[in-house]
Amino acid sequence: MNANTQTSGYEIVARQDFSDVTYLLEVRHPMLAKAAKAGQFVIVMASEHGERIPLTIADYDRDKGTITLVIQAVGKTTREMQRDLKVGDRLVALVGPMGIPSHIGHAKKVLCVGGGLGVAPVFPQARAFKEAGAYVIGVLGFRNKDLVFWDDKFGAVCDELILCTDDGSTGLKGLVTEGIKQAIAKHPDIEECVAIGPPIMMKGCAEATRPHKIKTMVSLNPVMVDGTGMCGGCRVKIGEVVKFACVDGPDFDGHQVDFDDLMVRLQRFKPTEREANEKFNENCRMRSIPDAAGGAT
Amino acid sequence: METANGPRKKKKTIRMIPQARTPALEQDPQERARNFKEVNCGYRVEDAQLEAERCLMCPDQPCVRGCPVNIAIPDFIQKITDRDYRGAYDVITASNLLPSVCGRVCPQESQCEGVCTVGESLEPVAIGRLERWVGDLAIKEGWSNIPYIEPSGFRVGIVGSGPAGMACAADMAKAGCEVTVYEAFHEPGGVLKYGIPDFRLPNSIVDEEIGKLRQLGVRFECNTLVGRLFTIEQMIEEMGFHAVFIGTGAGYPSFSGIPGENLNGVLSANELLTRCNLMHARDFPSYDTPLQPGRHVAVIGAGNTAMDALRVCLRLGAETVSCLYRRSRTEAPARVEEVHHAEEEGVQFHWLVSPVELLGDEQKNVRAVRCVRMVLGEPDESGRRRPVPEPGSEFEIETDMVVYAIGTNANPIIGQTSKLKLNKRGYIATDESLATSIPGVFAGGDIVTGAATVIQAMGAGRRAACSMKAFLGLRDTDSVYQERPGGAAASLFGIDRAEHGYARVRLPR
Repeated sequence: MNANTQTSGYEIVARQDFSDVTYLLEVRHPMLAKAAKAGQFVIVMASEHGERIPLTIADYDRDKGTITLVIQAVGKTTREMQRDLKVGDRLVALVGPMGIPSHIGHAKKVLCVGGGLGVAPVFPQARAFKEAGAYVIGVLGFRNKDLVFWDDKFGAVCDELILCTDDGSTGLKGLVTEGIKQAIAKHPDIEECVAIGPPIMMKGCAEATRPHKIKTMVSLNPVMVDGTGMCGGCRVKIGEVVKFACVDGPDFDGHQVDFDDLMVRLQRFKPTEREANEKFNENCRMRSIPDAAGGAT
Repeated sequence: METANGPRKKKKTIRMIPQARTPALEQDPQERARNFKEVNCGYRVEDAQLEAERCLMCPDQPCVRGCPVNIAIPDFIQKITDRDYRGAYDVITASNLLPSVCGRVCPQESQCEGVCTVGESLEPVAIGRLERWVGDLAIKEGWSNIPYIEPSGFRVGIVGSGPAGMACAADMAKAGCEVTVYEAFHEPGGVLKYGIPDFRLPNSIVDEEIGKLRQLGVRFECNTLVGRLFTIEQMIEEMGFHAVFIGTGAGYPSFSGIPGENLNGVLSANELLTRCNLMHARDFPSYDTPLQPGRHVAVIGAGNTAMDALRVCLRLGAETVSCLYRRSRTEAPARVEEVHHAEEEGVQFHWLVSPVELLGDEQKNVRAVRCVRMVLGEPDESGRRRPVPEPGSEFEIETDMVVYAIGTNANPIIGQTSKLKLNKRGYIATDESLATSIPGVFAGGDIVTGAATVIQAMGAGRRAACSMKAFLGLRDTDSVYQERPGGAAASLFGIDRAEHGYARVRLPR
């Protein structure tokens, strides 16, 4: 980080690593913390040469003036952020809150489902429903026991919490859809479901609730640039209508979303993404050689 | 050499002036089609002198009326002839703070140059090129016109840092207001930065012009999404702004709704241009933002944005770049120079062609555009002849990238987050003075009119500033003060009652 970014930008006040791919950043931005509502997202640029990446707000603390982002290191940018960012560093750009806040209605019993990268973003919604007086059932999916995080945080806002792991090392063995089935079997009076995670998981959730006619809201995170409706890169098919996830969403009715279309559109930059990732790997190898490290930094 | 004040030479006639328009140096089409350096290298001093000679100094001055910000065009041209270049700059900047930008991007042929008297018999005076030359010289010489500004005590908030916001900011800062401009992107400049490519308007020029606004005391706050981070109402009620101008641009690209638009490789011109210009995708991977390269690109539309998209694709290395437009060349809304440049660089124009379907391969990448040929029918409400499809004329164009440049719709964010009245198309409703339904809040540019040009947006920014000054009770220095009709009733101790800026009490809420 150079001197310039020390005086501007948005300071990282805490970092926590949940696993080798998932990490948390808490960033100071008092105005944003004050304005943020459940379901909204921000766009982050980590460096001057960086790309703008949308991240759902996982938590906000109005007293401390901070927002929390939980990030999965999958692409070049998120991996670079994982490698480089530490407490005291500053993000070059942080803008938001973007998108229409989630509608927290008067449902008496709701299901909040988070899988993979969607576990953290579903937390503000679970908390908001709890504050609105609903009976909240949380369903969280992880690959295995070691990757579990925030079960305590969810525990505090959920009346019931169902953990699912792929290998059964803790909680229920299977996908979150198993958890949903179990919850619906136990509570036939669930009025609403919120599901956040990878598109394939949200599709599964929507299919799991469809036969029971439970309203299911999903949060979409397609490719976007500006996040203000200007580029149209984030267009998604909702029924027969095309919407822009950044300003018309990001929450949509899961029973209407064309997930196949979304998944295809998420592949848009696969070749360039691969190239960037390979370049990054090479760069990392260069850094691990002591002589080259001096030149690289 | 005579000066402006000295005795003039006898009246110029059309026969006395250089007959041909002075050409500007341009990069060779073959070479420039592969780089992002400026196409038009601008005038040299001798070119500017020669071209300035071509102005007849006609008493009628239609060019001034043709200019949306009414630059005193003959006056600055006279200053060039007098070799008083600083004086020429002073004349321009009295009306327009951004000569380097406007000289490059204004559609002069439909404004000042379109009504030039010389143009009745010869090619009109190259006013745009002269303006640009003066502006660029000012940047080179480090000139700026920063007047002494008496603080007025008012705070003005401006939403959007594009041409409308910049023009309004300049005028309000000169009126002594403390001006803050909010921008959602990480850099100020709006469409001048993300939209117009460097080969037409280098971003360094935009930064220079923004630097001048900063010298006037204007503050720029980037990474701020007004509406969501705070609302327009909060700006007035809580944040202490006495007046607000909204110039957020149209910003919601249109698609035409034909089948196949969600295929990969189909994108808006806004997305293409933003990735390439603002986010530097052309320098991937040294910049992180990607842009899938198109080998055979089809751009739908024939406005300035379409021309920019076409020429950007050429420079990114496309083998063929085609423009599909449903009307003919005469109706194309782009600047004449841009169509001409695009043609020189090898863009293929398909006039009277309308896409009906985008076809994809198994991976859902676009592979072709199915088009239908059009014929021009009766004139429609815009006065242009309406294109109608010719039955049985369908054909396909092979492509791996389709770019939509057919205009924009109203951006919904301000409407979603405030009580501002919108018109039925979703744009902000204003009266003639550009005042909105909330007192103290003004709006102008594309968010009021729908997509238009840079200079029209700047004109709107200036008109809004004028109304804002009246609202704040600041005397507009541009107009000669006249006592209001109504005599004593309209004045209080001899002070115009409309001019309420002399005392202002803010009551605690």
